[in-house]
Amino acid sequence: MSAGRVNESDRSYEERIALLEEKIQLLESSMDRPPARAPGRDWVLWFERYGLLIAWAALIGVLGTVRPDQMFAWNSYATMLGSNAMIVVLTLALLLPLTTGDFDLSVASIMGLSSMLIAVLNVKAGVPIVPAILVAVLVGAAIGAINAFFILYFGIHSLIVTLGTGYFVNGVILWISDSATIAGVSAGLIKAVILTRVLGVPIGFYYATALTLVIWYVFQHTSLGRRLLFVGRGREVARLSGVNVVRMRTGALIASGVIAAFAGVLYTGMRGAADPSSALAFLLPAFAAAFLGSTAIYPGRFNAPGAFVAVFFLSTGIMGLNFLGVDSFVQNLFYGGGLVIAVSISQLIRGRRPMD
Amino acid sequence: MSVARKPRVGTYGADALEIRNLTKRFGGEVALDDVSLSVRRGEVHGLLGSNGSGKSTLIKVLAGFHTPEPGADIRLYGKSVPLPIPGPKVRELGLAFVHQHLGLIPSLSVTENLYLGTLANADDWRISWSAAHRRAGEVFARFGLSLDPRMEVGRLSAVQRALLAIVRAYEDLRHASADHAERPGVLVLDEPTPFLPRAGVEQLFGLVRQCVDVGASVIFVSHDVDEVREITDRATILRDGHLIDTVVTAETAHEAFVERIVGRSMAAYESAAKPHATQETVADVTGLAAPGVGPVSFTLAAGEIVGMTGLIGSGFDNIPALLYGARPGTRGELSLRGRSFALSSLTPEKALRHRIAYLPADRLGEAGVSSLSVGDNIALPVYERIRGPFGLTDEGVAAHAHAVAGRAGVKPNAPGLPLAALSGGNAQKALMAKWLQTEPQLLLLDEPTQGVDVGARQQIWDALGDTAETGAAILIASTDYDQLAQLCHRVLIFARGRIVAELSGRDLTKHHIAEHCYRSMPQPA
Repeated sequence: MSAGRVNESDRSYEERIALLEEKIQLLESSMDRPPARAPGRDWVLWFERYGLLIAWAALIGVLGTVRPDQMFAWNSYATMLGSNAMIVVLTLALLLPLTTGDFDLSVASIMGLSSMLIAVLNVKAGVPIVPAILVAVLVGAAIGAINAFFILYFGIHSLIVTLGTGYFVNGVILWISDSATIAGVSAGLIKAVILTRVLGVPIGFYYATALTLVIWYVFQHTSLGRRLLFVGRGREVARLSGVNVVRMRTGALIASGVIAAFAGVLYTGMRGAADPSSALAFLLPAFAAAFLGSTAIYPGRFNAPGAFVAVFFLSTGIMGLNFLGVDSFVQNLFYGGGLVIAVSISQLIRGRRPMD
Repeated sequence: MSVARKPRVGTYGADALEIRNLTKRFGGEVALDDVSLSVRRGEVHGLLGSNGSGKSTLIKVLAGFHTPEPGADIRLYGKSVPLPIPGPKVRELGLAFVHQHLGLIPSLSVTENLYLGTLANADDWRISWSAAHRRAGEVFARFGLSLDPRMEVGRLSAVQRALLAIVRAYEDLRHASADHAERPGVLVLDEPTPFLPRAGVEQLFGLVRQCVDVGASVIFVSHDVDEVREITDRATILRDGHLIDTVVTAETAHEAFVERIVGRSMAAYESAAKPHATQETVADVTGLAAPGVGPVSFTLAAGEIVGMTGLIGSGFDNIPALLYGARPGTRGELSLRGRSFALSSLTPEKALRHRIAYLPADRLGEAGVSSLSVGDNIALPVYERIRGPFGLTDEGVAAHAHAVAGRAGVKPNAPGLPLAALSGGNAQKALMAKWLQTEPQLLLLDEPTQGVDVGARQQIWDALGDTAETGAAILIASTDYDQLAQLCHRVLIFARGRIVAELSGRDLTKHHIAEHCYRSMPQPA
């Protein structure tokens, strides 16, 4: 190889670098300006955040034009807010493992078991209501821990483990209840959940609201909440940044079990009885609300206020359709359709990248 | 090594593969500059060059991934092929590829993998597995291989998998050229050996010789001069996109190869390495070992920047992750300013508490989360420190990240943007800043400037220089010799998992590093 050629290629190399640097300068200077974003972009963001609230209001308005006496009566809402409290709590139970990247399909079963345990202990075994509740909550925690053990120790996908444990728990419910509805739960619990009203709304609603605020605070304003998010979005990144991923995921699954058990407490209190099967029907509504909620308030991530709004958006729609005299199958249409549409919307936000 | 193997130069007909005036640009960057070469019938043709020489671009043009610039002409057995080469049809044209990752499906059987192409493309409603296994067995017997056709591929050794991939490529070629046996085709082996033990390499070479003995041609792409000298008849060397030379292997010495790969012009680069004064040891590593690496021992002094490099497969790139406790199965001991602990019990959590930080090469898979904001990505290790009276707030995180990223020169400095919105260089600056704010005493980096533009690269180097001045020890694993020569006080060269050379002071030049890398391969027995 001749020396002349080397020099030539060196020079063209230098030239190329100079050109590249010029280009980078240009790019950088063009990127320095935009952060003062176009006003249109802010408006879109605002709409993304509060779109669900607007849709909720629109839904009330539309249904209200047809059934104004029922849709614009506070009493309808007071009842609806109270009777959906346990769905809010159940949805919140889902949010924690969903944020760390695990599905918990056993939450509805845990809620059913908790409800049934309280009834069996309180009515059949004569255990006072407070210890009965404590036992139910502890059992919820234990099931969460069992889920975590199989998911993390054996490395099985959470969908499979919780599908199995959920079904197993259903069997336990049927076993301890002899497949029968148990009524006559202590009046104290009923009073503490539904009979006491504030502004006409059963107090259970305020429990759910308080829990929503707690989880919102944890997700939004604590380092724990942010780490949970990192665990869900990039397990390897979190691990290499010193986050104990196993502990975080275990904690989320146990917390999910505890909160689901609390939903069972509200469910029992609302009805004063426990039946072996009805709780299972709330799994899909909770998932629908969790995913629909992830498109609002903090779009793109599972968040408590979004889930809260989503539950009441969906239940307002169902309430309105009931007022219109539509059959009860509409509930399935609404929740099932809601889940798929919610996930489609969040996929559009994510730019249609395949879900993990 | 087989001395004086007679070159199997074809005497009849046109060359198997002829490439003329091949140029490929990416934007303004020239990856291949007017390259012409020919591969003869029944020849093993080596393709050598260091990272960025244009080897992979050339292979990707042949495989139909890249469209060459107009003016190029590629002929197979004298017949021009359409450009860009139609990817799905390369096999019918007479080209088959074995890439480094082999393209096998571990959960399927040997037979299923062998006939993957046919199974995936043909509609066959009555597959007889016993017949397929028997056919596969016959194929392996023809090559003298003892592979169980019913075995799951995941349970094969690395060598067996490589052999299977080569047999499959050869069989595909043979089927494609069934009706024109006078054009048996060209087999391209793209770096098949770096992770194989020596005995496996021998076996693989035996198979390659069988393929050429029946008339096929083989292009053997490699980093490894000794392997190229052992198996090839002729070899072409690329450097910076230019074709440097095509040589007859038997007439070319090891030295001559290295010279052509590295280039002599590098002598112009003087060592930029600063002599390192302080002797205060920060980290003392003894007996570090993991699968494929070690045992190795070395020390890092306060304010010292130490580089690690070697050829692909030499294990140097694992060292930062191992010292951070990021991989299980690590053995050895790390002594950090006098406090020593076993590497087997080290975890990232513990490492961070001892102020060890690690920036992985996989920017969006291991270093940062692309869907989360730049602010959160930066603040992750220091959330506790930036809490306000109401706990963490988006505003607090953004303000902190804005200050940190501003110092690091991240552009645009908008903490609310997702990390994915930043260019490679700016994302790397942000992720580097994430760790520098924790003031590590030992900073471990894997390819810190890969895919980073020139300007950002300089800023990252400056940041590393400043950090070293404060007394931290920095370890950089990289294959960018230029970077190592300019940035490091000392560079350790790895081969087959061990340190084989140490360069510092005046010896620390890009040229020397490259020379030692290519020379460090153990000579074949």
